[in-house]
Amino acid sequence: MTAATAAPRRESRRGVRPGAAGPLFVAPFMVLFLLLFLAPLVYAAYLSLFQSKLIGGTSFVGLDNYVTALKDPLFLRGVGRVATFFVIQVPLMLVLALLFALALDSGLLRLAKVIRLGIFVPYAVPSVVATLMWGYLYGPSFGPFAQLSDKLGLPAPHFLSDSWMLGSLANIVTWEFVGYNMIILYAALRTIPTELYEAAAMDGAGAWRIAWSIKIPALKPALMLTLLFSVIGSFQLFNEPKLLMNIAPDVIDSAYTANLYAYSLAFTGQQVNYAATVSFLLGLVIVIVSYAVLLTANRRRAS
Amino acid sequence: MPRSFASRSQVSRRLLLTSAGAASLTAALAACGGSGGSSGSSASAKAVSQADIDKAMTTPTELTFWTWVPNIAKEVALFEKKYPAVKVKVVNAGQGTPQYTKLRTALKAGTGAPDVVQIEYQYIPTFTITDSLLDLRPYGASSLKSQFVDWTWSQVSGSNGEVFAIPQDTGPMGMLYRQDIFDKHGIAVPKTWDEFATAARKLHKADPDVYLTNLAANQAAAWHGLMWQAGAKPYVTSGRSDIAINVDGAVSKKMAAYWGGLAKEGVIGVEPDFSDSWYAALNKGKYATWITAAWGPVFLAGSAKSTAGKWRAAPLPQWDAATPSAGNWGGSTSAVIKATKNPIAAAVFAQFLNSDPASAKLFATEQFFFPATKALLTDASYVGQKPAFYGGQQVNQVFADIGATVNPDFQWPPFLDQVVTDWTETVGKSLADKGDAVAALATWQSRITTYAKNQGFTVKS
Repeated sequence: MTAATAAPRRESRRGVRPGAAGPLFVAPFMVLFLLLFLAPLVYAAYLSLFQSKLIGGTSFVGLDNYVTALKDPLFLRGVGRVATFFVIQVPLMLVLALLFALALDSGLLRLAKVIRLGIFVPYAVPSVVATLMWGYLYGPSFGPFAQLSDKLGLPAPHFLSDSWMLGSLANIVTWEFVGYNMIILYAALRTIPTELYEAAAMDGAGAWRIAWSIKIPALKPALMLTLLFSVIGSFQLFNEPKLLMNIAPDVIDSAYTANLYAYSLAFTGQQVNYAATVSFLLGLVIVIVSYAVLLTANRRRAS
Repeated sequence: MPRSFASRSQVSRRLLLTSAGAASLTAALAACGGSGGSSGSSASAKAVSQADIDKAMTTPTELTFWTWVPNIAKEVALFEKKYPAVKVKVVNAGQGTPQYTKLRTALKAGTGAPDVVQIEYQYIPTFTITDSLLDLRPYGASSLKSQFVDWTWSQVSGSNGEVFAIPQDTGPMGMLYRQDIFDKHGIAVPKTWDEFATAARKLHKADPDVYLTNLAANQAAAWHGLMWQAGAKPYVTSGRSDIAINVDGAVSKKMAAYWGGLAKEGVIGVEPDFSDSWYAALNKGKYATWITAAWGPVFLAGSAKSTAGKWRAAPLPQWDAATPSAGNWGGSTSAVIKATKNPIAAAVFAQFLNSDPASAKLFATEQFFFPATKALLTDASYVGQKPAFYGGQQVNQVFADIGATVNPDFQWPPFLDQVVTDWTETVGKSLADKGDAVAALATWQSRITTYAKNQGFTVKS
């Protein structure tokens, strides 16, 4: 009975060529991908080959914009700054996220759920709100830190000064994204089969040894993922400096990060074509850095 | 692996990159259709007949009006009552810069722009250089000239006598000061900038926690107002493509040396205004004056409630006490977008809104705008008000008198956003860093000049 009904079904399934169904399933995604992702990208590339002036209109300039951008100190400085940010902030954030994830996973914490939620909640706060909040906390004359040091008779910390700003920004971003990265790592930890722990325990491994020899190696793919997101996030740093610009206009200028520079060019300077060039180059930098990160990780795995 | 988190973060961050591309998209589209916008210019010289106006005003029409004026429905209702066929849809597209960004994007896209739009005086040339505003002369705007304060009319006029907007409110600059702090330290209201500097040093020495004023290092508009008062002519446009840029002329240098010097001495504050810290400072009496504009008194009364009764108003200190002058900071106009499908109705609306006596008065009494019409500035029920916040002083009268000393010849550049950004990063930064403001002025000059040349302008200095 079951064999009889199953046979024709299998027959009909064989009737549709597998080649025809594939593209059909992919089509909705491809249409959106082409329309919303590739089209703007191609368009930005196209635009970056032109120059438009308030007086004189638009003209084709070939790769002139790229030549200008590669020699543009503002652009290079912006990229350099976010690279510094990446090198300092990301390891710090990921190590913190890793520690939190391991601590939660160890099962030794009391109120683990509350703590997990507490660390994750900042990610649920929109970055705009988070930055405004931190901007207030950083306030040099009436912020809580300034008030506190005033009460203690200490000089007020200059969170918004030239030399502290990058650190202050790193603090905001870490606060925002530690929970997010922690959740990714924690979820990855939960997928490790418990048999491994049992076997390790049999061999006499303690909690630290298990963390070092089982958990962290198992986390490599997840760590890789968080690292890649952080590359993209760092190099595209925008919201936080854009908002702190209002309270520290003398420190954060319109080209503080590369992304902010592209924005200012397009919306302040009306240099849309040059902005497209800068965005495109920034995208290229991100691709290169992401690829370099992947490559070093793979090579290490191979060796 | 929680994929939903992953994709969300990726999208939100990538959006920034693509949005630049999307904005550029609209720009290029506009470049293709750009010629369409100027088709109306040949007709603009001829006056529209009364019959056409009557016909347009009785034809059912819907106008879109972008403005950030709160509760403007009352003024709009007056218009709709007089012209029941015309409905006005009020849209708040953001205050100031965000609105201009949206407007520019809509103009470039060739769709989505409003019929009538609120534009601040300083931004009019930024939108006339792209030929986006309708000349209102054919719709009877010229006859309104006598109703408005002279300098406001020259601000809305083009180089060939066009009328690009109708003034709505103004901000002649004056000084609000704390009578109690002045009394405590025996300081007389400074009449000249020299006296002001002396008072600044004296006050800060007497009480290191108090400064005579705060010159915000992020407030290019106030700086321009002070340049205006000092008699500088930083931007002079002639024709469409010629501009003389002179932001570091003798007058500006004198001003930069003055303020830069006070900032360097540390006897004035330089913190960003309209920030939490700044509001707190005003409430706590950190600053004994606020150099502001005619909209300042009402604003301050709402923002520094704890200091009620302690403030008074006075004209700005002068460079030359014999010839008092003032600049303007703020205030808006109503302009009609050239691409509108209903130019007559839009032009009539812009004119009615700001020149109809009842509507103009509502702006003064409902929104507490400082008027642009001569009638209101001599209206005893307006200028005679004695707000308790200022100890019963007739503050409006003080500013009405100041308004009469505003120089009508000040011009704005056709790329204001860039000029403002460059100011903040040069002169503003030098003030905040207590550096050399005069040297910063030169950097500012060269940055604007480079920008203008890149944009195809012929630059003279």
